[in-house]
Amino acid sequence: MDFLILSLIKLAVVMAVFMTTLAYLQWIERKVIAHIQLRVGPTRVGPHGLLQPLADVIKLITKEGLVPSHVNLVYYCLAPVIAVFFALIAISVIPFGGEFTVPFTDIHTSMQLTDLNIGLLLILGLSGMGVYGVALAGWASNNKYALIGGLRSSAQMISYELPMALALAAPLLLVNTLSLREIVNAQSGFYLGFLPKWSIFALPFPQIISFILFVIASFAETNRVPFDLPEAENELVAGFHTEYSSMQFASFFMAEYANMVTVCSVATLLFLGGWHPILPDMLGGNWIAALLFIASGAMMIFHGTQPARKWDKYTFPAFGVVFIGLGLIFCIPIVQTILMPVFWFCAKVLFLLFIFIWIRGTLPRFRYDQLMRFAWLFMFPVALANLLLTAFLVAVFEK
Amino acid sequence: MDAILFFVFAAIAIGCAVNLVLQSHPISSALSLIGVMGALGVLYLLLGGEFIAMAQLIVYAGAIMVLFIFVIMLLNAGAEPPGPKAKYLKFLGVPLLLALLGIVGYFVQTQLGATELVKFGSKTDFGSPDAIGMSLFTQYLLPFEVTSVLILIAILGAIVLARKEID
Repeated sequence: MDFLILSLIKLAVVMAVFMTTLAYLQWIERKVIAHIQLRVGPTRVGPHGLLQPLADVIKLITKEGLVPSHVNLVYYCLAPVIAVFFALIAISVIPFGGEFTVPFTDIHTSMQLTDLNIGLLLILGLSGMGVYGVALAGWASNNKYALIGGLRSSAQMISYELPMALALAAPLLLVNTLSLREIVNAQSGFYLGFLPKWSIFALPFPQIISFILFVIASFAETNRVPFDLPEAENELVAGFHTEYSSMQFASFFMAEYANMVTVCSVATLLFLGGWHPILPDMLGGNWIAALLFIASGAMMIFHGTQPARKWDKYTFPAFGVVFIGLGLIFCIPIVQTILMPVFWFCAKVLFLLFIFIWIRGTLPRFRYDQLMRFAWLFMFPVALANLLLTAFLVAVFEK
Repeated sequence: MDAILFFVFAAIAIGCAVNLVLQSHPISSALSLIGVMGALGVLYLLLGGEFIAMAQLIVYAGAIMVLFIFVIMLLNAGAEPPGPKAKYLKFLGVPLLLALLGIVGYFVQTQLGATELVKFGSKTDFGSPDAIGMSLFTQYLLPFEVTSVLILIAILGAIVLARKEID
């Protein structure tokens, strides 16, 4: 019974945080891209546009759900459900932090919904099933643009799943397990007292090449720029979701962002050491969160004293106080031990998400033949060579 | 609990399999096949074969069926009208099917009646990735390598045949 209640509480917390992250990821993306392109991005709804996601959700829910007359109704309605289901369910095996005891009780639990000994394979399987949402949406819409988008997407996902799986296999040789929790635990500790034993630094063969390959392949898997050919606006209208509106349209967007969060989490867990800190405790690794929050809070208060816009002198100090409060919370020892792993995990995932957005603001879209040639003639051989070299070195140096 | 799950997913597998045959549109049939694969994966999971369940999901439901759907979508195959003999076969088919099931059931009952019952949800280790890797690379090394050579030959054959058409 305890297990059931504990799982339900964890489920509620994870779902609430995950959904909020998905909504605000949109806001972060719009803001970051706006600043890359010398614009300001959303500013009208709430201070700095912070309530924009809420407004978007209300708009999408209250909008009329148009169903064109020429679609294949069953599959048209099924496609967004498939896409969003397989995208959201992957979060259930991702660990956010180590095990901990809830303060003032003797409940011992881990920051993860469930730890499977095949967690990584499950994520690979779910990402493979997600293709059907896109392919079916393209086919059932009965529209040439949507069909081309769906076809492109399935071809692209099949091609990039191979280098992605090969890139994932190399670090697995170093850690010897498929359970995501044990993968992270195998990366704890430091070389020479300061260099973390993450897979991208690990001996005998640092996995930096397969990390880069995995990140590139995950751009293609999530249909992001520079591989967003399935929804190339200037040739296919909106690609596979051309005929969708309202919440069905929103589900495709939610699926895309959820997939982004999943691949970034997998990259963090496999290559960047999950929730393990970048600096050991002796060098002050535990105080980085507090320092970051207090510094950014102080910076906001400073900006509040020199307002560029009318409301800045109220909003900036308010956010500054909130951030300094967060920083002070991270100074409490008991909170620090529980929350620091979560902080590290979230910081790494957000850093990778920022790279996703940064690249969207930087690179143009590939041509379709370039995309396929790149996957089969460059990424696949490199991933294979990397896997063989890793296997050879592991066999030579570790028994 | 395990028995309930078994019956639910067995029913899904059989329902999808029947639907696969009954549907006239190729896409519907292909999607039913994915349902069969997924339900089979869950049945493997119930038997403790975690690795094989995920392999079923990744390889069959994920990769192979995506290729099927891709080809069907690319060729834009439409619904097939039933053939001229269909009506007469429908009346003959059901009794024949029942007879076949009866014969198979009779032989299973008489020949295999004494074997041990299958236990669901058992915590045995034979289905874990470690155990499968160990047995593949020790006891079954030769069949494993021969199979991979066979697949390699098939890939090469496909390339040779495809090239001939291009030239």
